[in-house]
Amino acid sequence: MALSYGAPIVHASGRVIAADEPANPWFTWQYVRDNSGDLKSALITHVELTVESVLIALVIAFPLALIAYRYRRLAGPILGVTGVLYTIPSLALFAFIAPFSAFGLRKRTVIVGLVLYALLILVRNMLVGLQGVPEDVRESARGMGYGPGRMLWKVELPVALPTIMAGVRVATVSTVALVTVGVVVGEGGLGQLILRGFNNNFYRAEIVTASVLTVALGLAFDLLLSMATRLMTPWSRGRA
Amino acid sequence: MNLLDGAVRWLNDPLNWQGPKGVPHLTYEHLYITFFAVLIGAVVAMPLALVLGHTGRGGGFTVAVTNVSRAIPTLALLTIFAATAIGFGNRATIVALAVFAIPPLLTNTYVGVREVDRDVVEAARGMGLSESSILLRVEVPLAVPLIAAGVRTAAVQVVATAGLAALVGGGGLGVIINDGFGQQDRPQILAGGLLVAGLALVVEGLLALVQRRVTPGRDRGRLLRRRSGGAATDHPDRDVDHRVEDEERAVTVP
Repeated sequence: MALSYGAPIVHASGRVIAADEPANPWFTWQYVRDNSGDLKSALITHVELTVESVLIALVIAFPLALIAYRYRRLAGPILGVTGVLYTIPSLALFAFIAPFSAFGLRKRTVIVGLVLYALLILVRNMLVGLQGVPEDVRESARGMGYGPGRMLWKVELPVALPTIMAGVRVATVSTVALVTVGVVVGEGGLGQLILRGFNNNFYRAEIVTASVLTVALGLAFDLLLSMATRLMTPWSRGRA
Repeated sequence: MNLLDGAVRWLNDPLNWQGPKGVPHLTYEHLYITFFAVLIGAVVAMPLALVLGHTGRGGGFTVAVTNVSRAIPTLALLTIFAATAIGFGNRATIVALAVFAIPPLLTNTYVGVREVDRDVVEAARGMGLSESSILLRVEVPLAVPLIAAGVRTAAVQVVATAGLAALVGGGGLGVIINDGFGQQDRPQILAGGLLVAGLALVVEGLLALVQRRVTPGRDRGRLLRRRSGGAATDHPDRDVDHRVEDEERAVTVP
């Protein structure tokens, strides 16, 4: 696709009748050098929005998952509500929140939207992880005199940890990608540069650099979290 | 509450229901984009998933596709395709969204075929069915509930993201939201949000009904929970839900 567009159109006589002017390459180091300041600040905003959103989502999801776990009857409604929030398009979610928060509070708008979005993934995986703890394990812990609190922290959560962390990874990577939608309220991290490139007469180097950075950021987070999971669950090493 | 009144007033204004930027036309455009994106996604993903599922190869491949696709922002693909020869507008949107329809279709079809009882497949082979007949007459019919779940997930996801097309010169209901942000017209933003969310929920509901119809009763409880963001696509490392569901099934259906 890139070739057909970049190459000049040549008439049968050999005369060039049309060319892309000026050249609009997909990537140049020149762009990266000239815009390193913009790239860096967009990247930092992107990381901030992602980390804050996921952390807040974790803080909210944890008690929700515990409630759903302890009171089975509430599991349906909790998953249902977070499921509906998940189905609502992110664009619509931002559209709901933005008018209520003043236009100055763009960052808060984006974070609220991202938190609501990450909730389902986190709650679901926490719940599935906790429910996956074998009854035998729980039984033996009870036999050893573990109360409900100690059982949760010392037995159930550690056993559920790999599933919970899988959820955190999916939520984080999705959030990195979703931050870009924040452009509609003017706070989209690297998405800001993607759209600026688009509006700047399809400035390809800008679009591609910002896109690649976003994907790389997501994959970097994923790698980091998978290493953290390995460190946190030394007992599962060598098994998987 | 003023804001909500404003949004309701916007929705009641007949002017907003007429012409190329009217709600009916934008809804039509939204659904048109969605339909073709899912169709193209299915044409690409399903044959591949059927073959992979039948031969039992490529499990790692489908998981990798799903994981990488999750890291790609829709906005990035939309703008990149718009900057190619495809041009901006609805065509670029359809191609970009088709890419995102592929992972759920691929994963669910693959898992659906994979999960068909091996004894059944062996029996079919013993009866002298050819490999292609086994796939088309045994495995595919048995995989229909999961394939339907994949179509549902893909369609809902595409409906949800199709709104972003408005940012890159495409159509659909996102136009209302985008114009609203451009004019700082809060009631319109909210009205647009309600329309996009409503459409997503309606599509989700309708496809849930379709999925229900094609799912045999005994599998319903197990399979219907496999919804958007559900088991088949949620776990990059391992298929936790499968194990849990199998245990549940083992208890309830002795």
